[in-house]
Amino acid sequence: MPSVLEVIAVLKNKYILSGLIIVLIFVFMAILADIISPYSPVEAVGPPLHPPSRLYLMGTDNLGRDVFSRVIYGSRIMLMITAMAVVMSGAIGTVLGLISGYLGGLLDRVLSFIMDSIYAFPSLILAIALSVALGPSPINAAIAIAVVYVPTYFRMVRGQVLSIKNETYIEMARALGLPSTRIVLRHILPHVTRTLMVVFSMNSADAILTEAALSFIGLTVQPPTPDWGFDLYKGRGFVLAGMWWIMLFPGLSITLLAVGFALISEGVSTLISSQKR
Amino acid sequence: MEILLVNDLWVRYFTLSGVVSAVSGVSFKLRRGEMLAIVGESGSGKSTLGLALLNMVPKPGRIIRGEVIFDGVDILKLDLHEIRKIRGSRISMVFQDPFTTLDPLRRIVDQFEEFLIEHGVDRAKARTIVREYLEAVGLSERIMYSYPHQLSGGQKQRVSIAMAIALNPEVIIADEPTTALDVVVQKQIMDLIDNIKEKYKSSIILITHDLALALERADTIMVMYGGYAMEYAEKKELFNNMKHPYTKALFEALPRILQRDLPRSLPGYPPDLRNPPPGCIFHPRCEFAIEKCKREPPPLIEVSRNHFVRCHRVGELL
Repeated sequence: MPSVLEVIAVLKNKYILSGLIIVLIFVFMAILADIISPYSPVEAVGPPLHPPSRLYLMGTDNLGRDVFSRVIYGSRIMLMITAMAVVMSGAIGTVLGLISGYLGGLLDRVLSFIMDSIYAFPSLILAIALSVALGPSPINAAIAIAVVYVPTYFRMVRGQVLSIKNETYIEMARALGLPSTRIVLRHILPHVTRTLMVVFSMNSADAILTEAALSFIGLTVQPPTPDWGFDLYKGRGFVLAGMWWIMLFPGLSITLLAVGFALISEGVSTLISSQKR
Repeated sequence: MEILLVNDLWVRYFTLSGVVSAVSGVSFKLRRGEMLAIVGESGSGKSTLGLALLNMVPKPGRIIRGEVIFDGVDILKLDLHEIRKIRGSRISMVFQDPFTTLDPLRRIVDQFEEFLIEHGVDRAKARTIVREYLEAVGLSERIMYSYPHQLSGGQKQRVSIAMAIALNPEVIIADEPTTALDVVVQKQIMDLIDNIKEKYKSSIILITHDLALALERADTIMVMYGGYAMEYAEKKELFNNMKHPYTKALFEALPRILQRDLPRSLPGYPPDLRNPPPGCIFHPRCEFAIEKCKREPPPLIEVSRNHFVRCHRVGELL
């Protein structure tokens, strides 16, 4: 268990701290959306295309809906889909990577081949194809994104297992009569977690952008549900007419959240490499 | 009464660059309470032999044939589940490099208890056993809560030994237990192993490259070269009557206090086990080699009771 001191040491890293603050702001926004948001996100609450003002902090869209409220509620869908996708791909990729790396042999070759085939696709195109095939819905979008990112975890974990399993302490664990599952879970997995954390946060940033792209072409939620990517798409027609706010704020939120995760990942990886010396 | 009986054991590594015969037809028996030293230089197959006794030869290695009969049961025929019960509890192993044998991320007590609990010791009793055996190898209780990096090499090796003896195994395989340690610690560790042998009546297989150490500590010695057992006898018999040219060469390579000139070294290199020389595997380096040695591999001959030598010229040479 990490002690208080260790937690403080981690938070002293400026990258991690700033990234964490950004991400947590969005998380709280999602949790407390009902309390913070001034208006309903799906109803016309003011004149259409009203520029940002004290009443409508981020202005209103062409249907008179409050952009600020939509940005707040939009964080829910965004965080939900990326969290589901990242957890799913992380769990599946890690488990398969552990099994494949430790057992080796034919299973390893088959799994590696499948993963490399997925990895060879441009990720966005594969995600779009999958979610079109599955049909537009938040869950399906999450599954599509998860499939695309499974190989990222698989390759990383498998590579680490391959090097760790040749360590003498693994041989020793075998000589002491420990069963393979125990060796993998207690003596190999803990050595992978640090790198896993870097990949996890980096992958979250990636998944956010992919989710935004899927939403942009309408593959996640149905209107009028607020969603950053889709609002970005709807707002694009008004920019040239000078109504920049409809597009700017959802776009800014997407970027900011992705930057937040990227900062965490950057921080964690510098922290790890500085510890390794 | 033998606790371990090894019969005609063959181990090969099927590497991409060829088949390596690491252990070739090795046989020996180990009595209860006996210390057998397996002596040989790097690449002589002695470590592979040690691993084979637990059926733990790493890929791409395979045991081609042979038997390892432990307490009346052939270990090589047991399934994974059954052999796991033997590993660590009835036959245990001490590895060469103490700096890498302990999991760096887990405290000593956690690794130790995990292993005990795996072998059916209950949680409450496990802590007592850990304490008892760390004390038995001369470590203080505080060490329990340390991580491996906080310990010295000698302390780590003591921890490994404590784990190896904790369940009173009948056989302990010590694979170069002192090689990575400095001389003073080497002696302490060897004394500790001697004590264990006396106190717990365990049989010990000491794998080493150090003939002097073997002559000092072991009851029986087996000299290996290129995967073959070259000479195998009780220590006294071997010391007084060494027959094999390789054993003699090893012996002459030892530095002696009263000797002015340098010890003699054996010219040449260990054989490439992918392409072993025909005939006797030792003949390219043997000063007594004759035509026959280049053609026919010599059999293991019993020259006197329990003294085996693998050499064609054993009758003619002293």
